[in-house]
Amino acid sequence: MQIYLPIAELPVNVFLILFMGVAVGFISGMFGIGGGFLMTPLLIFVGITPAVAVASVASHIAASSFSGAMAYWRRRALDLPLAGMLLMGGFIGTAGGVWLFALLRSAGQLGLAIGLSYVTLLGIVGVLMINESVRAIARAQRGKPADLRRPGSHAWFHGLPLKFRFKQSRIYVSLIPVWVIGFVIGFLGAIMGIGGGFLLVPALIYLLRVPTSVVIGTSMVLTLVTMAGATVMHAATNQSVDAVLALILMVGGVIGAQFGARTGQNIRAERLRLLLGLLVLSVGIRFAFDLVIRPDDLYSLQVIAGPT
Amino acid sequence: MSRILALITILLACAVPARAEQLITSLSTHRVLITSNFTGAELILFGSIERDAETVSRPGGYDLVVTVLGPRQTIVTRRKDRILGIWANTDSLTFPDAPAYLAVRTNRPVEEIADAATLQRLQVGLANIALPSAPGEDAASNARSDAFRSAFLRLKVQQGHYRERANAVTFLTPTLFRATIPLPADVPIGTYEIDLKLFAAGAMVTRESNAFEIVKVGFEQFVAHVAQTHGFFYGLATAAMAMLTGWLASVAFRRD
Repeated sequence: MQIYLPIAELPVNVFLILFMGVAVGFISGMFGIGGGFLMTPLLIFVGITPAVAVASVASHIAASSFSGAMAYWRRRALDLPLAGMLLMGGFIGTAGGVWLFALLRSAGQLGLAIGLSYVTLLGIVGVLMINESVRAIARAQRGKPADLRRPGSHAWFHGLPLKFRFKQSRIYVSLIPVWVIGFVIGFLGAIMGIGGGFLLVPALIYLLRVPTSVVIGTSMVLTLVTMAGATVMHAATNQSVDAVLALILMVGGVIGAQFGARTGQNIRAERLRLLLGLLVLSVGIRFAFDLVIRPDDLYSLQVIAGPT
Repeated sequence: MSRILALITILLACAVPARAEQLITSLSTHRVLITSNFTGAELILFGSIERDAETVSRPGGYDLVVTVLGPRQTIVTRRKDRILGIWANTDSLTFPDAPAYLAVRTNRPVEEIADAATLQRLQVGLANIALPSAPGEDAASNARSDAFRSAFLRLKVQQGHYRERANAVTFLTPTLFRATIPLPADVPIGTYEIDLKLFAAGAMVTRESNAFEIVKVGFEQFVAHVAQTHGFFYGLATAAMAMLTGWLASVAFRRD
């Protein structure tokens, strides 16, 4: 069944988009991530312009993280003050990202910027995750208990001023690294059309030493607000949010996420992290190929004024 | 320049005293509506060549060129080059007045209808369409602008927005014709001009124009209009819709 998308201005098969929503939702539910880094490239692949894809995926991630955050809120497994502080940085980052997005689009370098960011970020995070999870699996096979200690060693940024005590997370840290993390996540999210969950979760665990139990819930609150903010800002600045496309993605995504979450609970945590690492890395490699391999056509067109 | 040429042609045509043939045309619709199930359309143009007693006889028969021009757009053509092992956009050329859609429909191959000079002067066929580049950008070299121009035409043909077909005009009788105008699903909205040129023995005999418009209606029009004029509130509404969907899902799949 074909439906005409009012902003993307092309007809798409509803079931194809719905299926993509379910598939990415399944993965996002399984790993506790938004799945934007998969959804945005998929939409571009079916012919939707990068601008509309990035902006519409933002609202799709807002929906899936809202249903996730509700579940964690019921269990009180999230740290609202920490999420609030991350958001202060996140909002500035998102605004900066949306601004740079518009600038790159007019300069014709948006595709390159998105490609490069994907390769760099997904490559680094993928390798780190694979490395860490392989060690954890090896440790488990040797029969040693998982490494549960929270090292007391302090990195340099723990000495910064403006210290604040986050009760739920049982940490006492400077607000400056918290704001910086929020800023980076918001900035990248707006440019790349990703929620940044796969970046934020390791950042909170390894840099700020937030207990794993509250990390995912807190990350979902942050993802929810930055992505809802990105939706509004993209709509106001670039007029590139396709509400019809977003709705189809959301419906597919929230259904897929439920099944993904159930499947994920049956797989051991370090194996899950290894799978996610492999997934992240392979998407990164896919983008690297596009940048390095000679394109089929060296020329491309972009409409910059007039009716579209 | 193209408009001036067209004007001169029309003036010249009017100046001929013994008014020759006249084209009468009718279009299957003048408003193409884009609704949520729009997957493209095909318009049909009917017409007849009116002759009277004074009209000279045309033993060679007639040739018809139907040119459909979509709304004007400013289109940047970019070229990728390899920089530090990465393919990135480097050079570009802007066409500030390019038709978004261009269809050339004829009854036989364009080059058989008239000689090259005539075709170029009257802008008949994809290859002869005037495509001015932005002032100041063209200065470098003709070779460069030709490369961009041919890449532009090639890409537009690939997208299905520019097309030329030699057997898309059918003469039902020597003076009654029918032409099809295909509109792919992703054509831009706006006004489309139809320009008909009637040829006999390699020269243009008369010219006629018609037009139609493509509009979004109903829900599509509403969404696009709100997104354009009230971007901020549109964004808020989309974000609210996301929350609602997420909340519904968390309620529907709640296990406790």
